[in-house]
Amino acid sequence: MWDKIKDFSSEFFVTGDPLILGAQVSIGLTLVAIVFTLTYFKKWRWLWTEWLTSVDHKKIGIMYIIASILMLFRGGVDALLMRVQLAAPELEFLHADHYNAIFTTHGVIMILFMAMPLMFGLFNIVVPLQIGARDVAFPFLNSLSFWMFFFGAMLFNVSFIIGGSPDAGWLAYPPLSELSGSPGVGQDFYIWGIQISGIGSLATGINFVVTILKMRAPGMKLMQMPMFSWSVLSSCVTIMFAFPILTVTLFLLFLDRYLGAHFFTLDGGGNPMMYINLIWMWGHPEVYIVILPAFGIFSEIVATFSKKKLFGYKSMVFALMSISFFSFFTWAHHFFTMGSGANVNAFFAITTMIIAIPTGVKVFNWLFTMYRGKLSFPTPMLWTIAFIPCFVVGGMTGVLLSVAPADFQFHNSYFLIAHFHQVLIGGVVFGYFAGLYYWWPKMFGFRLHEGLGKWAFWFWNIGFYVCFMPQYALGLMGMTRRFNEYDFDMGWQPLNVVSTVGAFLMGLAFIFQVWQIAHSIKFFKKETSGDAWDGRTLEWSIPSPAPMYNFARLPQVTSQDDWWEKKQRRLRGEAELPEVAAAEQAPLEPIHMPRNSGIPFIMSFSWFVAGFGFVWDWKWMIVVGLAGVIISMLARSFSYNTDYYIPVDEVERTEAAARGAH
Amino acid sequence: MANHNAHSGHGGHEGGHGSMKSYVIGFVLSIVLTIIPLVAVMNDMFSKQVTTVLILVMAILQFAVQLLFFMHIRDEKKPRFNLIALIFGLVIMLTIVAGSIWIMTYNAVAT
Repeated sequence: MWDKIKDFSSEFFVTGDPLILGAQVSIGLTLVAIVFTLTYFKKWRWLWTEWLTSVDHKKIGIMYIIASILMLFRGGVDALLMRVQLAAPELEFLHADHYNAIFTTHGVIMILFMAMPLMFGLFNIVVPLQIGARDVAFPFLNSLSFWMFFFGAMLFNVSFIIGGSPDAGWLAYPPLSELSGSPGVGQDFYIWGIQISGIGSLATGINFVVTILKMRAPGMKLMQMPMFSWSVLSSCVTIMFAFPILTVTLFLLFLDRYLGAHFFTLDGGGNPMMYINLIWMWGHPEVYIVILPAFGIFSEIVATFSKKKLFGYKSMVFALMSISFFSFFTWAHHFFTMGSGANVNAFFAITTMIIAIPTGVKVFNWLFTMYRGKLSFPTPMLWTIAFIPCFVVGGMTGVLLSVAPADFQFHNSYFLIAHFHQVLIGGVVFGYFAGLYYWWPKMFGFRLHEGLGKWAFWFWNIGFYVCFMPQYALGLMGMTRRFNEYDFDMGWQPLNVVSTVGAFLMGLAFIFQVWQIAHSIKFFKKETSGDAWDGRTLEWSIPSPAPMYNFARLPQVTSQDDWWEKKQRRLRGEAELPEVAAAEQAPLEPIHMPRNSGIPFIMSFSWFVAGFGFVWDWKWMIVVGLAGVIISMLARSFSYNTDYYIPVDEVERTEAAARGAH
Repeated sequence: MANHNAHSGHGGHEGGHGSMKSYVIGFVLSIVLTIIPLVAVMNDMFSKQVTTVLILVMAILQFAVQLLFFMHIRDEKKPRFNLIALIFGLVIMLTIVAGSIWIMTYNAVAT
């Protein structure tokens, strides 16, 4: 009996690596600490009723952001471990297997479990406020999306200590990711973690498309919508058409591994190249999915801190929408070297170059918005200013890579690594940081400490260039990705040391950000105006943090940058426009709101159980998990008490309390 | 959810829901379009190539029948978001299928 348990646990838990043992111990201690704290302060009920079951888009947004910051920490530690290993030739720090696992999890976590949820968090917090809505179109589905993401991400992360991490690269190319190449359970954790969270992403995409098309405040035409909301629309349209491809591709890989199908095997009529073809049909739109909202954030920030209307609004909308269209026609540039022939490569090289044009349009729009504006440079604007040159260089190296014949030299070298980190860090990460700093006062009702924010900003920026500029050179010197060792006589060491130093500078920058948040909470000072930056769009017209129903009366919108125009009319002492005045003086009405529900949490947890069962092929666990999913669906189908009205006097009280602070 | 005026009930106002007659026609058509390829395959009526083309044609017609009689694509009010989404979806689908065939032609391992 005892031997059996020992056998099982040696297969079940990852053992034999001091680093992982340390992680296991610290995860265990953290869990104990969390449970203890919640019990000691009697916060379990509060956690369940206020957060876990919440369908409020603002709370869901905050939960997304917390989860993504934790994932940023894990992905960042992975990155630092890799940089340590590469700092010297033939270092015995991470062995090949461990190194493979770490670069795989670093990629998956940073894209799918850091960038995506941070993006969804900002969608959730900002979009309904910005378009003058009281929630998203489907609040229950929104909560379900979050929990599907969360449990998918947890299923993926659990592989680190249970069963072993996936180690076939972040996109898991077969034949390596097939049963023949990866017999362990790591690859199954990969498939189920991504599948479960992918359903959540797809649902969020649908949710926000409907919210934006159907729930704008009265009077707000599509062409008067704030640019961030436009970018969310373009990103979500791309999600709706790209994510099903990912789901199907990974499902086919699952069939190969679980049922012995031959879609991507080398024998039995399969073709691994087909997987690469299919996965990049999702993978390429995916990078635009994460960058488009960052473009929207920069557009908001540039206009706000230049005190000018965004230059070229229509061209910006056109650029965003055309990028989401063209993003579906460039996928083969990820595998020019596959040998599809000159015609295929020429076609995809040209589409790749074409898609650089709308991005260039946007850069000029931001520059012209700043031109002759009344500029100020708080942290959100600093990130925006830093983004422009960084992204331009990253985009240029992308155009170099798009030249198919030259790509045969660059392919899978550190030149490519430097390129995509430059657009993803310089574009996506800088963008979401800018957005976090910009909307932080709206989310929590207090400002972040500017001084510490500037330290973090400079460490991030200097660290970024120190880390990645040498990698372009290393790529041209012949260093390829995914090697954990190189020889002394390659001459790569000096630049690798520089690069590692840069990575640690970015690690320091992260510590500054944590310090900044902690410091700002400790010296909490309420931001009472609700309009922290003298903003232009509707979210700044309500108190911070927004009351649960957002708008006591739905605003009547008459122009682009409606809140700014209204403030200008007040400054000039003009009478309010008749339709706006009528909307503002209308009597309060009871507000229709969705009820909180525990079903999304339970259903997603059931998916987690089912996924875990599939990973280990424990039939009873699969049955239990899927039964939970079906029961949750039935429970939702037969629950009729899903909404309620907030009475007028409660709205009046809340408004008086929020506005009383003025 | 909470935007009352923007939220026009659950389909109640989005055009009618079709008449009994149109549902019956749609139902009969979809069954006929299913039976034709089934019969053709079961009885080996045509060569392989003709059968493939026949199945594809029937599938496309079936798709149209579903959209016209059950999804009410004609009754949509302006702006026609559903129609736009459908056309975009078809373009993407065509890209995926044709693009994959084109790319993979050069990578066939065995035939």
